[in-house]
Amino acid sequence: MRRNYQLFILLFPVVFWLVCFFLLPLVSVFIYSFLERGTYGGVRWNITPENYERLFDRLYLGILWRSVSTALICTSVCLLLGYPFAYYLARYQPKWRNVLLLLVVVPFWTNFLIRTYAWILILRTKGLLNSLLATLIPNFHPLELLNTPLAVQIGLVYGYLPFMILPLYAALEQLDMSLIEAAQDLGASPRRAFWHVTVPLSLPGILAGSMLVFIPTVGAFLTPDLLGGGKVSYIGNVVERQFKSARDWPFGSALSFMLMGIVLVGTVLYFRALQGSEESHAS
Amino acid sequence: MRKFSIASFSLQTVLKRYMLFGFILLALFIGDSDGQKQQLNVFTWAGYVSGDIREGFEKEFGVSVLVDTYASNEDLLAKLLAGATGYDIIMPSDYMVSILIKQNLLAELHRDTIPNFQNISPLFLGKYYDTENRYSVPYTFGTAGIAYDSAVVSPPPDSWAVLWDKKYKNQFSMLDDQRETLGAALKLLGYSLNTTDAKQVKAAKEKLIAQKPLVKQYKSEAEELLIAGDVVMAHCWSGDAFRATETRPTIRYVIPKEGSSQFIDAVCIPKSAPHKELAEQFINYLLRPEVNAKITTFTKYGTCVPTAKEYLPEHLREHKFIYPTKEVLESLEWLKDPGDFTRHYNRAWEEIKAK
Repeated sequence: MRRNYQLFILLFPVVFWLVCFFLLPLVSVFIYSFLERGTYGGVRWNITPENYERLFDRLYLGILWRSVSTALICTSVCLLLGYPFAYYLARYQPKWRNVLLLLVVVPFWTNFLIRTYAWILILRTKGLLNSLLATLIPNFHPLELLNTPLAVQIGLVYGYLPFMILPLYAALEQLDMSLIEAAQDLGASPRRAFWHVTVPLSLPGILAGSMLVFIPTVGAFLTPDLLGGGKVSYIGNVVERQFKSARDWPFGSALSFMLMGIVLVGTVLYFRALQGSEESHAS
Repeated sequence: MRKFSIASFSLQTVLKRYMLFGFILLALFIGDSDGQKQQLNVFTWAGYVSGDIREGFEKEFGVSVLVDTYASNEDLLAKLLAGATGYDIIMPSDYMVSILIKQNLLAELHRDTIPNFQNISPLFLGKYYDTENRYSVPYTFGTAGIAYDSAVVSPPPDSWAVLWDKKYKNQFSMLDDQRETLGAALKLLGYSLNTTDAKQVKAAKEKLIAQKPLVKQYKSEAEELLIAGDVVMAHCWSGDAFRATETRPTIRYVIPKEGSSQFIDAVCIPKSAPHKELAEQFINYLLRPEVNAKITTFTKYGTCVPTAKEYLPEHLREHKFIYPTKEVLESLEWLKDPGDFTRHYNRAWEEIKAK
């Protein structure tokens, strides 16, 4: 009894928080997604599946595909850039390791909005990058980088790279070096040892990092808005507009639920893959 | 699963930082509660209530004024519909005033607390959104049009068609506002901004899709783009164009001959306002000629109080950017809320944005 009481006291803040600020809003969004758009804002309390039917419009499916593919590219690029970085970081002299790790986190001390604005200054027609290239290359014609899907992609990779590096580092740092030595003693080439020992053992880090990058980028709306110049639409922007200029809360809610469904499927696949990897280690 | 050693390290730092925040907040809270001053909460557009207007009222009435900002009329509506309370003064645009009245969210104004109401020019009273001005008084008025750099753009444009001219590819911006931007295309095609004919909206949509490869950016705050020289033309609101001229004097502003939109940003009191009487005193204060002049000096939108012009610097008194000629005024339309037809505008805008 006494233990239960203590448990209750300990868990109460978290449960209270989750119910009030996660579960209740989620339930209200779910309910809204089945209502009708109010003519002058808000909702009309008539139940309808119409908002979900509208999701299967080619227009929105196209935008969704663009968001998912952008998020997949972003995740892959972060993994390609982050893995070697985390690998060397994990093997660096312990004295400097924490300093380097701190440098990965330092950008978070500045607001994300301001860091994204900095990219506008770098990429704009008369910006840093173009002026730099103009001094290096004669007869250089400025590149139109800003307000393109490429600019959005750059901004997303920049913003979410640390979320990939940190879990990768955590996984690689725990790696037992003697296993790699054992593989090499048994005749594996360094490449083979890497693919058959290091990568499988760091799989939880790869998957955790990929989730941490994929989930926020698939719904991102700030980066596309600022670096895409309002010219490139992602699903996050569509959802935002439903709640603002379009004043179509029910449809915005339905779109949010579709997005959550995609993330949920991703998470399930993630845990499946994780279980698979652990089982293969156990055997 | 593997343990993340980084987690414990960062959790500690995060906790410490939050505790620090907590203490700062607490300190602010304690510091604030010692005064018994009444507080007027103003919810308005960014860059709309200047420091000297606020401080003047604070000093004279012995109260404190807190200004919070929103970026669009819909943000304001969403907050009020979600039950936000505590705001004493809000500044919705014309069509939003009519929506807020229909939603029963505005308090009626008592004219006897607002004697300066008589200072307002009849030109700005009794508009469609609040025919007897029972809920609103005008704060500023403005138009949408084309700002251009006269040093680069020649001949000077007089039609929306210039925004479809390939010569200016990647050198101009459009408003990031579905009604205004579709409105520009509708006007070019010779239709009304408030059309409820789906075919006309479709035609405007196709016009804008064809224009999109030429557009550098969709942005509602064009001032900085014009100043930085990122664009040489911008579809924008009159105040932004005028503010840009202060840094770049070659900027001009024109309302295309096909006509455009006009707006009034009004001052209202929400039904839920905790300090209604103080809010009415604030409105009365804003309508004093010398205070009203400060609004125009600051925002570069027109004043609705004719006697305020005495207090304005000469270049702001009768500038054609601010005060269009009678002829031009007749070509302007209000952007009205089309009710359920909004869906067609929403859909068209999403299609333009998705291309």
